[in-house]
Amino acid sequence: MARAKDSRSLAWTIGTAFAIVLYVILLLGVESQIEIAGLLAAGIAAVVAAARFGVATELERALGERDGLLNGLVVGGTLVVTAFFHNDSFVLLLVATVIIYVIACLGLNLQFGYSGVLNFAGAAFFGIGCYTSAMMTLHTAVPHLLIVIAGGAMAALIGSILILPVLRTYSHYSAVITIAFGLLFKIFLEVNDALGGPQGLRVKGMNVLGWKFNSNIDVAGVEVSFYVNYIVLGLVLLALAFTFVRRVERSWIGLNLDAVRLDETAAACFGLNITRWKITAFTLGNFLIGVSGAVFAMMLGFIAPTNFTFGDSLILVSIVLLGGIGNPWGLVVATAILIVVPEKLQAIQEYRFLLFAAMVILILLFRPEGLLPRALRTYIPGWRSK
Amino acid sequence: MSATASAPLLAATGLSKLFGGVVALDKLDLQVLPNQILGLIGPNGSGKTTFFNVVTGIYPVSEGRVAFDGADITNLTAQAVYRAGISRTFQRSRLSLALSIFDNIMIGNHKRLDQGLWFNLARRDIFRRQFEESFEEARELVQVFDAPLADRMFEAIGGFPMIDRRRIEICRALISRPKLLLLDEPSAGMTHEETTELMDDILEVKERFEGLTIVIIEHEMGVIERITDRCVVLNFGQKICEGTYREVARDRLVQEAYLGIE
Repeated sequence: MARAKDSRSLAWTIGTAFAIVLYVILLLGVESQIEIAGLLAAGIAAVVAAARFGVATELERALGERDGLLNGLVVGGTLVVTAFFHNDSFVLLLVATVIIYVIACLGLNLQFGYSGVLNFAGAAFFGIGCYTSAMMTLHTAVPHLLIVIAGGAMAALIGSILILPVLRTYSHYSAVITIAFGLLFKIFLEVNDALGGPQGLRVKGMNVLGWKFNSNIDVAGVEVSFYVNYIVLGLVLLALAFTFVRRVERSWIGLNLDAVRLDETAAACFGLNITRWKITAFTLGNFLIGVSGAVFAMMLGFIAPTNFTFGDSLILVSIVLLGGIGNPWGLVVATAILIVVPEKLQAIQEYRFLLFAAMVILILLFRPEGLLPRALRTYIPGWRSK
Repeated sequence: MSATASAPLLAATGLSKLFGGVVALDKLDLQVLPNQILGLIGPNGSGKTTFFNVVTGIYPVSEGRVAFDGADITNLTAQAVYRAGISRTFQRSRLSLALSIFDNIMIGNHKRLDQGLWFNLARRDIFRRQFEESFEEARELVQVFDAPLADRMFEAIGGFPMIDRRRIEICRALISRPKLLLLDEPSAGMTHEETTELMDDILEVKERFEGLTIVIIEHEMGVIERITDRCVVLNFGQKICEGTYREVARDRLVQEAYLGIE
């Protein structure tokens, strides 16, 4: 009985995965604004219908116990989409951007989603990763994969200075401190000629053992856009970051971070060192944000202070809010929506902040826990008590 | 008396706590003897909860000393007090409602769980063992209070009624095997029957955990009469009476404080 149910859920899951991949390909492929708007409307309708007719429950049943299946489907789906658009640089840049942003938001999720440390300077830490990568690729011969790690380390290091005033203040005030830091960072870049000033800096593309990431590839006579390199690298980094964040959540550390966020007094009465756990979350989070920035800079080949404004920090925060605070999968969905929709729907390009604001307000009003609310912690997936 | 022969587990000497001009605790001398249940009673605002908060390191001491288990714990941080072996419940439940029963209990188990980054992230096999052991232990403890509750360990505590929340809050305080348990009005917001049931459970736990000492703040005198070995009555931050419930109940000062008899 249970088996039959299980295989039915599985069938639904595979079917849904196909449908989503098909949908994404359609959405990324069509050009006409009316078609795009129609597709978006159809997508929303499909999601509502799926929730209504119990498809969502089937999916939950199938995926709840099988972590690997969902991971595999998402990675596989991304690769299918990439293969389909192998020579369409615009689409592939979008896909790579989504992947890199998800890594950054995973970091923000550690800080804000788990430990409750607000960080409105996400774009600044992303920028620290970018500039580290720019300076190091231009002026040193450090292997590029190490530069990616250095970008993360630099963001974590500078974050560990910012955490001092953050820890000395309470919620709103600490948020204001991070905002101030974000603004300061941008101004610092603009006045600093060594960092290119307002004009910005060129960044060398990733080069791993002679494999030049920023050159198009020739696969058996078919020309493949160089962005595929970054998609593959991004997926590997994302898988690592995702596993890392998952493990944090599914351990005593994840529990400590939740306890600190939910009730500091009670947490302190049970021996939790509030400072230690906030620093842990903040530092680890900034590391992930920095890593994603370092890769992003190499991919774009050019960075300027205008990429790291307060508005960009807000986008990162709204992704976390929209996706479902504390749920890594929610981030994937929310990032895809917030990055892809404004790019495809050129008509709203200028109003993108309006769109973000409206979405965040709607979500907070009608679904305060986000599109995909975080589930209760399972320490070990599939574990049952005897 | 045999009771006074053993050294007190917790001793406050000349303990004062001032909030601006308000004297919440006024040179209080209070001793808690090992293995006993001490009732802490007194009208609202007499300093009972302040006493808990000062002992557990939430508020700094204004004056005086607190000793626990032979060591000075005056002005230790809340973390250090917990590590020394004192744990507590709160007057207004401070469970994390969004978390599961198991999560909440494990917050109380902090000092016995391995908190290292490497252990938690990289050694998932050993982590699993520690998780399973902790789960069994938590389930056994919850079973003492309510067997059906022990089968619902991975549900959010926010979905449970007040009595279950109290039970879990007490379990959270007990899981780390403290030497001293401070209960701040465990019966608040519960019916008479529920209170009786909870007190039975508390007595059962005390039987099981050999050497557990309890201080309980309570307003229901039936509870105090039934479960305490000794009582201390506070009024305006001062100790006005001490003794068994019967002795205390007969005291003229106590009657005045409670009933306002001239």
